[in-house]
Formats: sequence, structure tokens, C-alpha cells
Amino acid sequence: MTSKKVYADAASALKGVVKDGMTLMCGGFGVCGIPENLIAALHDSGVRNLTVVSNNAGLDGVGLGLLLKARQIRKMISSYVGENKEFERQYLAGEVEIEFNPQGTMAERIRAGGAGIYGFFTKVGAGTQVAEGKETRTVDGETYVLEKGLVADVALVKAWKGDTEGNLIYRKTARNFNPNMATAAQVTLAEVEELVEPGVLDGDSIHTPGIFVQRIIQGANYTKMIEKRTVRKRVEGSRAVVA
Amino acid sequence: MPWSREDLAARAAKELKDGFYVNLGIGIPTLVANYIPPGMHVVLQSENGMLGTGPFPFEGEEDPDLINAGKQTVTALPTTSYFSSADSFAMIRGGHINLAILGAMEVAENGDLANWMIPGKMVKGMGGAMDLVAGVKRVVVVMDHTSKEGDPKFKKACELPLTGTNVVDLLITDLAVFSRPTRRDLFKLIEVAPGVTRDEIRSKTPAKYLE
Repeated sequence: MTSKKVYADAASALKGVVKDGMTLMCGGFGVCGIPENLIAALHDSGVRNLTVVSNNAGLDGVGLGLLLKARQIRKMISSYVGENKEFERQYLAGEVEIEFNPQGTMAERIRAGGAGIYGFFTKVGAGTQVAEGKETRTVDGETYVLEKGLVADVALVKAWKGDTEGNLIYRKTARNFNPNMATAAQVTLAEVEELVEPGVLDGDSIHTPGIFVQRIIQGANYTKMIEKRTVRKRVEGSRAVVA
Repeated sequence: MPWSREDLAARAAKELKDGFYVNLGIGIPTLVANYIPPGMHVVLQSENGMLGTGPFPFEGEEDPDLINAGKQTVTALPTTSYFSSADSFAMIRGGHINLAILGAMEVAENGDLANWMIPGKMVKGMGGAMDLVAGVKRVVVVMDHTSKEGDPKFKKACELPLTGTNVVDLLITDLAVFSRPTRRDLFKLIEVAPGVTRDEIRSKTPAKYLE
């Protein structure tokens, strides 16, 4: 039996769910664990005025950098956008907007959004610019900031393995925001390195249960770029573990 | 002579205790991993979603799916676990991490910390810094005592936008170490770099501290 969730490729998976002006969540930390195929297809779709929730904004011409270069992004909601000259240029020219969230606040806003929680009070950002314009509450001498749950029209996530029911397993630190974002969108599109039949994945090992995934594709031609290649020399007896 | 980068990392490593879960920031704090005393069990957390961060890989063994929060390639240990960003910051915000060591642009005498933006310059973002200083039990800052222009960085009050209010427990600079027993206390000068005088520190420190 073929599952209704499986699409032939990224372009067909995006069909009917992509609209100008929509809010998009995109998994990944730096360029680790980014949905490469879906981003490329989104670029090709020509969709514009996107609000993108993603920890970072990609690198120049890589990941979300592709969408930036093509001026498809109107606003980023991120925790860190360094290492991207095109983003910097557009930002300084007033062409793209940015809303900075502390990384953990962003992760929790997404988790809350996906879990049907309106908002939460956190001490992160209290007394800083992050709290400006937000409701605060002081309890037992500690000040907390109200942060609202975050949801999106579409989430693009990348997993290592997935089955036709949309169950996903991530690999190592490529997991990052992907499982949280998968829960927080009207439509979640997943791409996987290996798409398998039901029963192949161990049910105890599933990170994202299929209920959170509406469309899934087998990805192709992964680049898996390394942003900062750091290695250590094979020196006998050396205890140095970082450069 | 002021302490070197390596000296600072070695000094910060003295704050580690057996059994600690620790988050190391980018730059000098990362080097602290080289100074974990032999036999001491310390687990390094990378906020991108890893507990038990191992050393850099040998050349040819880099894995694009395995990086630390500085986006550097790292390796796993037999004890390593991986988790989502929300779980990672539950560890951080929830007070499960014993110690965070991070860099700073400014520290104030009341423990305020500024390390994420300079108005008028391109702002890259705070990443996980605000979550770390708000949630981790003990926060150690490692920074140069003065800026490249010679301006003091340990001040009466931070001028730059804050990362957190009243969050620093120990300050290690290239000239001195300042600590305070609780976040209600003033910092106290506890160590001076070799060849550096208390007068020099006084002249370069607008922050009020105990001698």
C-alpha cells in the first residue's frame, strides 16, 4: 500500500502548500541538518515575502542563503545570523527584517506552539532588549518575560531516516530544531536520506511520530556542507582535544 | 606579564569539579576542554543538542552531522547523547548545567553581562548566551581586562545592551581574577597575574570591587 504522504520529489511536495507571504519554519543549526532539497525547491518555486523561523540564515548561497540571494525572504526570526554577507547587506539596506530570539526561547516558543500552549513566562531576556514591549511578571523576586508560542504555515524538516507513515529518526546533532518545528506547522514537509517501508524503523527509536508529518520525500544529492572543519593531529600522547 | 589565552583557559578549568555538566562558549572557553584534569569526569554540553562532546576528529573522520555549538566538527564519546533544541535548553534553562564559561564585551560591578551586540554595528544575534546566563547555576566569564583601544571592560555599569542582569559569579581577565560568594555580594580581587600590580588593576577597573 502506498502512503498518501509520500511525494516523488521536493517540487511536487511543495505544490499547493506554498504561498507568498507565508510563515515558514526551517530546521537546521548552521547548515547542519538543513532540508537541502526542500529549500532548493522553494527557491525554484519563486515564492516571495517569506517570514522564516530558523536558528540561522544559512551561508552565502547555501541553505537559506539561496532564498536570501533571490530576495524571497522578508523577515527572519532567528537567534544568530552571522557568517552571511548577503544577509548583512540586505539588513543594512533595510530590505530584510530580523527578530532576534534567544536560542532556547525560540526553541521553547516553537515547542509551545506545536503543543497548543499560548505562551510561557521565562527569566531569559529579563532586563534586556528582548523583554522590551513584552509583558513581564515578578514572582518571588524573580522577573519573568511572557514569550508567545510560535506556529507556522509550513515547516521544512530534514531527518536521517523516515518511513512512509512520516515517522522520523534524526542523526546526531543534525536533529537540533527539526523535531520541534515538525510539530508547529499547519503542514510539515520532511525530507529524509533514507525512506523506508513501515515496520523497518524501531517504534521505540522514533524521534518524530508520523502524526506531525504531512508530506515526506526521499532526498537526493546531499551536499552536507561543513561550516567549520576542525581536526586534530595524530600526535602520540597529546592530550589536546581542541585547537 | 598578563595571562595568555592558554593561561586563561587553564585558570578557568580550575572551576571544574568532578561530575559537572559544563557548557563552554566560543573562543578561549572552548580551550578549557584541553585542561580538564586527568581522572576528572566532566561532561561537556553543546547547546545545539549534544551531551558528552568529544575532541575534534582526526583528519578524514569529520562528520557533517556532528558539530558543536560553534559549528566546529567534533566527535562523540561512548557516553554521548543527542537531543532536540527544546530539550537542550530545558537542560540549560532548567538549571541542570552546573557551569557555563563564556566570553564578554563588558561586565558590571553588579554582575550584569553584555556580550551580544554593539549598537551601530551589524548585530549577529545572541544565540544561546541569554539562555545560558539566565539558567546555568554558575557563570564564569573569561575576557581581556581592557578593549583593544585600552578601555576598561569591568565597569560600574554596562553601556552595551545586556545579555543578562546580575548573572556573573566569577570574572577571569588577563590581569586578574574576581569572585563573589553570592550574587548579592561585591566582587573581590582574588588573584593577580604575575608581574601585574594591584595599582595597575585599580587604574584599569572602574567597577567597585573588594581588595
